[in-house]
Amino acid sequence: MSIQKLFSAPLQVVNVGIESFKEACEKNGAPAVQVDWRPPVEVAPESEAILAKRAAKIEKANQKVMEIILAGTPKLVGLDVARNVIPGMTEDTILHAGPPITWDRMCGPMRGGVMAGLVYEGRAKTIEEAEKLASSGKIKYAPCHEHGAVGPMAGIVTPSMPVWIVKNEKYGNIAFCTLNEGLGKVLRYGAFGDEVTQRLKWMETVLYPVLKAAVAHSGPIDLKNLIAQALHMGDEVHNRNRAGTSLLYRALAPAIVATCDNKDDAVAVLNFINGNDHFFLNLSMPVCKATLDAARNVKGSSIAVVMARNGTDFGVQLAGTGDLWFTAPAEVPDALYFAGFTKADANPDIGDSAITETGGLGGFAIAAAPAIVQFVGGSAADAVRYTHQMYEITAGESRMYQIPALDFRGTPTGIDVRKVVEKNLVPVIDTGVAHKQAGVGQVGAGIVSAPMGPFAKAYDALAKILK
Amino acid sequence: MNTLGRVKQGFYFDSVTLMRVGRELSGFPGVAEASVVMATEANKSILAMSDLLLPEFKKCGDQDLAIVVRAKDAKTANEALAKAEEMLSRKRKPAAGGAAEAPAPRDLASAAAALPGANLALISVAGRYAAREARRALDLGLNVMLFSDNVSIADEVALKKLAHKKGLLVMGPDCGTAILNGVPLAFANVVPKGSIGIVGASGTGTQEVTCIIANEGSGVSQAIGTGGRDVKDAVGGIAFLDAMQALADDRETKVILLVSKPPQPGVLKKIYTLIRKINKPVVSLFLGEDGTPATLEQAALLAVAHAKGEDPVKALAHLTRRDEILAAEARQIVAKRKKPKGRHLRGLFSGGTFCAEAQVVLDGLIRNVYSNAPLGDSHKLKNAWKPEKNAVVDLGEDEFTVGRAHPMIDFTLRNKMILEQAAAPDVAVILLDVVLGYGANLDPAGELVPAIKQAAKKVFVVAGVNGTIGDPQNRAQVVEALREAGAHVQLTNAAACKLAGLIAAEVARKNR
Repeated sequence: MSIQKLFSAPLQVVNVGIESFKEACEKNGAPAVQVDWRPPVEVAPESEAILAKRAAKIEKANQKVMEIILAGTPKLVGLDVARNVIPGMTEDTILHAGPPITWDRMCGPMRGGVMAGLVYEGRAKTIEEAEKLASSGKIKYAPCHEHGAVGPMAGIVTPSMPVWIVKNEKYGNIAFCTLNEGLGKVLRYGAFGDEVTQRLKWMETVLYPVLKAAVAHSGPIDLKNLIAQALHMGDEVHNRNRAGTSLLYRALAPAIVATCDNKDDAVAVLNFINGNDHFFLNLSMPVCKATLDAARNVKGSSIAVVMARNGTDFGVQLAGTGDLWFTAPAEVPDALYFAGFTKADANPDIGDSAITETGGLGGFAIAAAPAIVQFVGGSAADAVRYTHQMYEITAGESRMYQIPALDFRGTPTGIDVRKVVEKNLVPVIDTGVAHKQAGVGQVGAGIVSAPMGPFAKAYDALAKILK
Repeated sequence: MNTLGRVKQGFYFDSVTLMRVGRELSGFPGVAEASVVMATEANKSILAMSDLLLPEFKKCGDQDLAIVVRAKDAKTANEALAKAEEMLSRKRKPAAGGAAEAPAPRDLASAAAALPGANLALISVAGRYAAREARRALDLGLNVMLFSDNVSIADEVALKKLAHKKGLLVMGPDCGTAILNGVPLAFANVVPKGSIGIVGASGTGTQEVTCIIANEGSGVSQAIGTGGRDVKDAVGGIAFLDAMQALADDRETKVILLVSKPPQPGVLKKIYTLIRKINKPVVSLFLGEDGTPATLEQAALLAVAHAKGEDPVKALAHLTRRDEILAAEARQIVAKRKKPKGRHLRGLFSGGTFCAEAQVVLDGLIRNVYSNAPLGDSHKLKNAWKPEKNAVVDLGEDEFTVGRAHPMIDFTLRNKMILEQAAAPDVAVILLDVVLGYGANLDPAGELVPAIKQAAKKVFVVAGVNGTIGDPQNRAQVVEALREAGAHVQLTNAAACKLAGLIAAEVARKNR
């Protein structure tokens, strides 16, 4: 190469900084691109150089991780009760959303969920009793993610709760998730009381056995295929699950009718699914969990396999950093609030549902869901821009999940922590918002940017490992 | 007065955008002062100096945007703050376009992927981030124009060595001007393509010679900037020598013109060694050194003569005749005024090299020249804000630009000084440079005319308009407006300095 080469080709300019310089280039016939530049994220001074030096090794690890993520085959294979199937589940275990947390640091809605769970399990008669037990040290709290599970919002899983079983057939691993309770006063938003307990009991005694028999009858349901269809029908399977729920209903209804002897129960179950547009969320989540879990523990990989929040902290795990959690305080979402509520009522971001974004869905696929663009600024173009931006921080594109508005381009998949930090661009997450007090429930929904802190820490940790 | 502010966490805008918003806010009715800055330590100390550092700004950092307004009452201040947010959000919103339009890439690599033929990165982010971006650009195989200043010498040397190894060019840091393949970059003028190749370690110097070349009917093959520090021994002239060699090898380039302040000895030696190896005419101007050429104007005319195959001696003889005409003109101008006041000249320059050239031209015309950037026999001004005797001031020096836009963009300070100096009893002549081209203020006449009109009632105002007919400002209109306002306009800086010096000498003679 020599400077001569510069003289012999038309000038084409990448402009970093003052924008009028780019305009002047274009006016004088030189094609130019403006970099939407931000100051770099603060990380350990040596990290960038280490990761640059190890780039080849990281790329190789990431290729392996991406192949695993893109080739996963998550299927619904059955249902069971948590204590029977979730590894490490004891009678004193309560699983929760997000990174590890102790009772004293739990936010209101998560505490509410724990207390509701203890009442539901018959471990406490009243909420006061439940609170006492919850804080006694007798209960073992652990993240869903550390037990092969995921849970929306508070993500509470107690031993008696029925769970979906999703199997990644290609790699043999399994993921679990509770059944979606619907809207209104529900445990996952921290609500408690008779209404909540009764619904949970009904789910355990009616919904669960009916669904279990139906899935056993129908055989495994290919959820990857189902999600691909749902994307074409306007879902991003995080904040919009109407199409996914409808498709699941079509798959399950004949099996329910075929297997359920009690007509009233069959009607009740079908109406319950039909009446809850988010019913499918508790399947899109374990689909992503099963897909991403298979890619864990690939040494050197900078791809995220978990983003999760417990309402206090936001946590990230990488494929290349084992079981380490990288956390920072969770932020209060800038969301659309229901009438009568404001940001002041909102709890910081909560739930394992960011597993959908980690898997290339949810906020990353928002361009597929024009019906919910009021969450992102009001126009379909805004949604498209969000998805476009996520291609900047991902390592690949889904081969199966496609976005019609982008000429069926695959969704941005595989968050590369290097890109997040070096471009100072964090993932966007679709989210529901819980009231900060236990027992109130949902107060809004919208989009939230992940905090940079966990990614900066993960970046430094990866550099340290690869040093 | 009420001072109110807002903090926007995690927002980033480039300084030019922020200064534009700040300026617009300052013009808001009822607003006395306004500032919109990233809350860096440097900016916070500037806010503190103007008593605008609100308590809530103290814990803010580099990535936070601080907006502060001092207004006649709280209502006005709040309205102005709301206006600022509105202006910034308008700026933030991506350009309207098709539904599937991609947002701007977030880093150099994505941008280069979006523009596969990219061959130059033009970098103007804050100095402490600039070296990192330049290194990434080189790694992507891009040549670099580094407009940013405040890059360390160590980084500069490392970048230039890396570029040299890769056969790439690093222009800068602090490189304000270049013209590559006919495209003006950053602060540069619109000039025709031609056979003169320029290597410039001085931005405004390069602008002036390219303008004169264009105005003389010749053209430029390439104008390569290096940044002023390149010709210091610590950097070793890496970019300067690489650029010279590239022009020596370039088939379009028939004449090479070098423009710089005098290089340090080690670099100068290497330059002369290389000149001897180059089989093309090389004209070198090391401004402030004795000999010919001594001015940007002479250097440009010599290069044009070589390019046209004309006799260089005749080109310079032509200048001597021009100077005789200017002398006659000066006598005429002074004779028209019955009682011209004062005797001293005050030059207020936006371009550093123009200020230097002024000192070369004025040497021998008037005595006791002072400057904040003295050259040759000039004396150092004690206080640049209060010029004395015959003084030429470079308003682009750090003492004027910290916390303020460059004087080629923002005329506020110079206009204020024009009026102050015109009123001073000892001042007879005010000398100005008016730089046209991309990067510079798009309406210099509109900015200057009110001040010149007032000043011309008391003193003689001479302005050098440095630009070409292709520049976006419309040179003919600028010249016309300045003349109308009472300025005596020349189309090179050297000619303007000459005329101003001659007038000052004539007034001094008359008032003796």
